[in-house]
Amino acid sequence: MSLWTLIVQRDLRIAWRRRSDALSSLFFFIIVVSLFPLGVGPEPGTLRLMASGVLWVAALLATLLSLGRLFAADHLDGTLEQMLLAEEPLWLVVAAKVCAHWLTSGLPLVLLSPLMGLQFGLQAEEIAVLTGALLLGTPVLSLIGAIGAALTVGLRAGSVLLALLVLPLYIPVLVFGAAASGAHASGLAVTPHFSILGALLLASIALAPWTAALALRISME
Amino acid sequence: MQWGSWAEFWAMGGYGLYVWGSFAVTLVCMAGEMTSLVLNERAAQTRNGEQA
Amino acid sequence: MSAINWFKYSSPHSFYPLAGRMVPWFLGAAALFGITGLYVAFFVAPTDFQQGESYRIIFIHVPAAWMSMFIYLVMAGWAGAGLVFNTRLSGMMARALAPTGAMFTFLALWTGALWGKPTWGTWWVWDARLTSELILLFLYIGFLSLTAAIEDDRRADRAGAVLALVGVVNIPIIYFSVVWWNTLHQGASVSLKSAPKMATTMLLGMLLLAVAFWLYSLAAAMLRVRSIIREREPRAAAED
Repeated sequence: MSLWTLIVQRDLRIAWRRRSDALSSLFFFIIVVSLFPLGVGPEPGTLRLMASGVLWVAALLATLLSLGRLFAADHLDGTLEQMLLAEEPLWLVVAAKVCAHWLTSGLPLVLLSPLMGLQFGLQAEEIAVLTGALLLGTPVLSLIGAIGAALTVGLRAGSVLLALLVLPLYIPVLVFGAAASGAHASGLAVTPHFSILGALLLASIALAPWTAALALRISME
Repeated sequence: MQWGSWAEFWAMGGYGLYVWGSFAVTLVCMAGEMTSLVLNERAAQTRNGEQA
Repeated sequence: MSAINWFKYSSPHSFYPLAGRMVPWFLGAAALFGITGLYVAFFVAPTDFQQGESYRIIFIHVPAAWMSMFIYLVMAGWAGAGLVFNTRLSGMMARALAPTGAMFTFLALWTGALWGKPTWGTWWVWDARLTSELILLFLYIGFLSLTAAIEDDRRADRAGAVLALVGVVNIPIIYFSVVWWNTLHQGASVSLKSAPKMATTMLLGMLLLAVAFWLYSLAAAMLRVRSIIREREPRAAAED
């Protein structure tokens, strides 16, 4: 069994044993999204305009909440140190953990987003654009977030600091992700925005695991 | 010199608030930062001088 | 073999007195350029045909924006050097530069808003340049927060270095934003390749103040790095 499969399965198994962690982030997402119509008023036109922005911001915040548990449990019981000492490449270990993290936090968001879109009165095509953009964007959030999580491992007040560090880096993903829906609403092509999201994804896949591994070594010495 | 009078200078063609608001905040920030750094430096020199 | 050993100054102990000697020169030169620049800005540069007197904010806004980006690049450079060469002083230089860089970013945003309101009718707009400059401010704040939150100095320097280097991609985005996107912010008026699109006296005032800000930043960084050396390595700071 390859190292990748080993670690993804392990993290998924652990996440399953602590289902409540993943589920709480998901419910956080649902609740935050539901707050906006209550705060802004139920006028359908306004909600349709807001939908993509609200879902994206909620996805960002939910991902931030879940990032804390990327390295925390392993750090507490010493597994993280073992990972650093092992002969397997740390970046590969990190990449596998991020993959498992996305499967438990990002993917559920993507799968729920059509339902949330209906809550805001979006049509089928708009939902498709939004879900597609989230599908491309949420892995980027997990990857970039891993860098922040690695930098703040073991710090007190780490979660607030993590948000402060990672949110500025999330802004391009947010801008292009929400712009895809905006372009579609104006009748413009969405491909440019999807292309950029795809590029961000590829760049993060290439660079983030290595950077997060470097950050882990710095945090753990 | 291109200003008819001091009053014109301060008024900046009606934009006085914006222009002087910019220059004043800049001056305050830079002077504040430099003052705090210099005071810190002087205090350290005094401590050093007393020890030496 | 070079006769000068440049690496002598990579030790905090050797650099400390050198930095101290440079400060008065930098400050004096900054004051000189600053006063001359301000004189040109207010008494030599003419009134703008379209914008009236409000354009004079440019003499602060552009130098501050230039410094905000330049300081970040230098900071990231020192951070990278510290990561690669494991030199203590490099990390200290990066930490010394950050607060001044953050201040200039704030000033660029503040003066930009005060210039934008009378000229283009709005304090703020979410276009590519303004948004990316705001992100720069957040990156500085993130760097300052992260390095402050970590107790061990070396770990703090190294973690901050990773963060600074990750964020450096923002600088070309800020710089080229007016080329890549349609923005409310105007395009580049000053370029290395072509003649400037503004009056010579205005350009002169801007350049004089830019140099003044640069010299000020050097003085501030020298003072701050001395303060950091005193905190971390008191014996290195004791004058011989």
